[in-house]
Amino acid sequence: MATTIAPVTARPPSPTRKTRPDLKDRRRQRWGWLFVAPFAVVFLAFLILPLLYAFQMSLMTSTLATGTNFVWFDNYAKAFTDPIFLGGLLRVGRFALIMIPAQMLVALAAALVLDNLSTWASKFSRLLIFVPYAIPVVIGALMWGFLYSPRFGPAGDLFGLLGLDSPDFLAQSSIFASLVNIVTWQWAGYYMIIIYAALRGIDPGIYEAAVLDGASSLQIALRVKVPMIASSMVMVLIFALIGTLQFFTEPQVLRAVAQGAIPVSYTPNMYAYSLAFSYSQFNYASAISFALGIVVFIGSYFFLFLTRKQSGLK
Amino acid sequence: MKAPILSVAGFAAAAALALAGCSAGGGEATAKASCTNTIVNKEAPQVTVWAWYPAFEQIVDSFNESNDDVQVCWTNAGQGNDEYTKFSTAIESGSGAPDVIMLESEVLSSFSIRDALVDLSEYGAAEVKDNYTEGAWKDVTSGDAVYAIPVDGGPMGMIYRQDLFEKHGIAVPKTWDEFAAAAQQLKDAGGEGVLTNFPTNGRAFSQALFAQNGSVPFEYDSTKPTEIGINVNDAGSKEVLEYWDSLVKKDLVTTDDAFTADYNTSLVDGTYAVYLAAAWGPGYLQGLSDADEDAVWRAAPLPQWDAAAPVQVNWGGSTFAVTSQAKDKELSAKVAKEILGTDEAWKIGVEESALFPSYTPVLESEEFAQTEYPFFGGQKVNEDVFLEAAAGYEGATFSPFQNYAYDQLTEQLYAMVQGEKDGSKALDDLQASLEQYAKEQGFTLK
Repeated sequence: MATTIAPVTARPPSPTRKTRPDLKDRRRQRWGWLFVAPFAVVFLAFLILPLLYAFQMSLMTSTLATGTNFVWFDNYAKAFTDPIFLGGLLRVGRFALIMIPAQMLVALAAALVLDNLSTWASKFSRLLIFVPYAIPVVIGALMWGFLYSPRFGPAGDLFGLLGLDSPDFLAQSSIFASLVNIVTWQWAGYYMIIIYAALRGIDPGIYEAAVLDGASSLQIALRVKVPMIASSMVMVLIFALIGTLQFFTEPQVLRAVAQGAIPVSYTPNMYAYSLAFSYSQFNYASAISFALGIVVFIGSYFFLFLTRKQSGLK
Repeated sequence: MKAPILSVAGFAAAAALALAGCSAGGGEATAKASCTNTIVNKEAPQVTVWAWYPAFEQIVDSFNESNDDVQVCWTNAGQGNDEYTKFSTAIESGSGAPDVIMLESEVLSSFSIRDALVDLSEYGAAEVKDNYTEGAWKDVTSGDAVYAIPVDGGPMGMIYRQDLFEKHGIAVPKTWDEFAAAAQQLKDAGGEGVLTNFPTNGRAFSQALFAQNGSVPFEYDSTKPTEIGINVNDAGSKEVLEYWDSLVKKDLVTTDDAFTADYNTSLVDGTYAVYLAAAWGPGYLQGLSDADEDAVWRAAPLPQWDAAAPVQVNWGGSTFAVTSQAKDKELSAKVAKEILGTDEAWKIGVEESALFPSYTPVLESEEFAQTEYPFFGGQKVNEDVFLEAAAGYEGATFSPFQNYAYDQLTEQLYAMVQGEKDGSKALDDLQASLEQYAKEQGFTLK
């Protein structure tokens, strides 16, 4: 929000304005507020107010049998000792460890290859890699649900050609990998575009210098390009981290075909959802949501701190 | 600052209007716009109804044409949990619920404990009590309170593929022992599929199987809303689970999730030779595509633990309840009682929606018993199977956190079929988790 307002309300020092600064300033500010207003109203009404309301709810308890009470931070104490919530956090942590490197590697490799090509094939490939991101997450997850299905999916036929039994992608032991696959498929293209854009922004003269110094194209890619796009990589990492900690849509959709392998509390967000809408514990669900928000905030801040050198924040 | 204030005010007013439009489910002025059906008598007060019955529009039309003093404004707000989620949110926000709502009997306690339903005993529920079977009436009452009017039931039977049975020389099993033997026989004969499926997400289906062996999982009475008795790990339920676990271990039955595309196809393409079903099951089968054209379907009574003392059970079945947000409770109660409380409405209900009535004037009629179903090659399945099952059903008590109980049951059954624990341990763990949950929610355990 700050970036939206800043250009409008900023007061660039100007000698001519010193004569009657107040009037002109106020007029400018008036216009600034006018331009910001539509956004600000929506922002307040649909984000800030619901957040405040949810926070207020999270400070109360309401059980089925005993009604509503104000309990300060008891719900938070409960959340951070709740084995289901902590188990969910651990699970998304594991997802983060596997899924984020997988997505970043795919995205980086694709971007580096595409950056080196300049034929029509590169534009076409760029589009193809990006297309999964254009598919709504729910549709993508539904589609993978069918692809994973033992009856409708292609795996049975493919493994059948080799005379093998197809693995059950929706079993307890394989659901983790199946979900990693869906997310990587969906998001790698988006991250590829971010990295690719950063690569295009590098001055080609640097490559010429590297070639003159005798660097191979692999060396250019790893020693020149990757360090120069480090700040974009950090941004991708933060995006992926926040997305992974809030993991919800894919497992929630896939749960329709694998209710045993994906329990209702598989991720913290799913837990909050079922608490609120299946078990009508809106107060505790709000507390869980805020607790997750705190974890996401701390996690993102920690990563930004760790990578402050690469991202150019320092 | 004039312009922005105006625009803010204008926007706020627009937003307020939009929100009001969303939430005013019961308001007469706004409700007219959101009805799925056409209102016949525009002068009469309207009662909003949420329901997902198939062919319900015809029933609504028939009601509206024959009533001058009240009109039904019907919306399909989704089936089962989809509707409950919306209703639950409406309760929490204090507005947005319809006047009359279709609910399965198993969730009535979950909503009555939140003061979301009107006790219909104050609005003449007793007058219509005799129109319903005892079991169905017990399902909608808690203590002296009546929280809904029964509509349809799901007495259970066994729907089977006669052609597959004959092909492999299998006799129709009457007891669960015979059923296990039949499953073995089908496997030994090298049949392509299995005898049946045991879904870990069976929820009410699993509960019905337990109930058949004497399980009474919950004791709950809304007049003492903070007391609950939980007994899900009784010997009967454990016997049922151990029975199914042994069939699963011997690969005699599959454990596919129910109500998925895979499961639906397996039901009709011969992968499962038996569909342990409720009376609404045939309607469900007819709605599925990719059916095996040579299939010959027949219905038989549900296998019994003791053939000498048969126990009948029920799976599903729904009701009409009046919500506490209803504007005119008297009128809403009238709609709940009458919309599917007449022979004319039930003619549509039986013929078009394939509902199995809890309404005795139709249920006990000769015409209903003698109805021949083309799906079953002309078999009179009501007379042969479901009427007896409905008459023998004694009703059940559900917990005020039934959704949680079912989710936990699913987790435990899945752990069992994964080989992590046996049936007895699964139910002990279920008992422990439900007791803990009940305490957290402020209940005292009986």
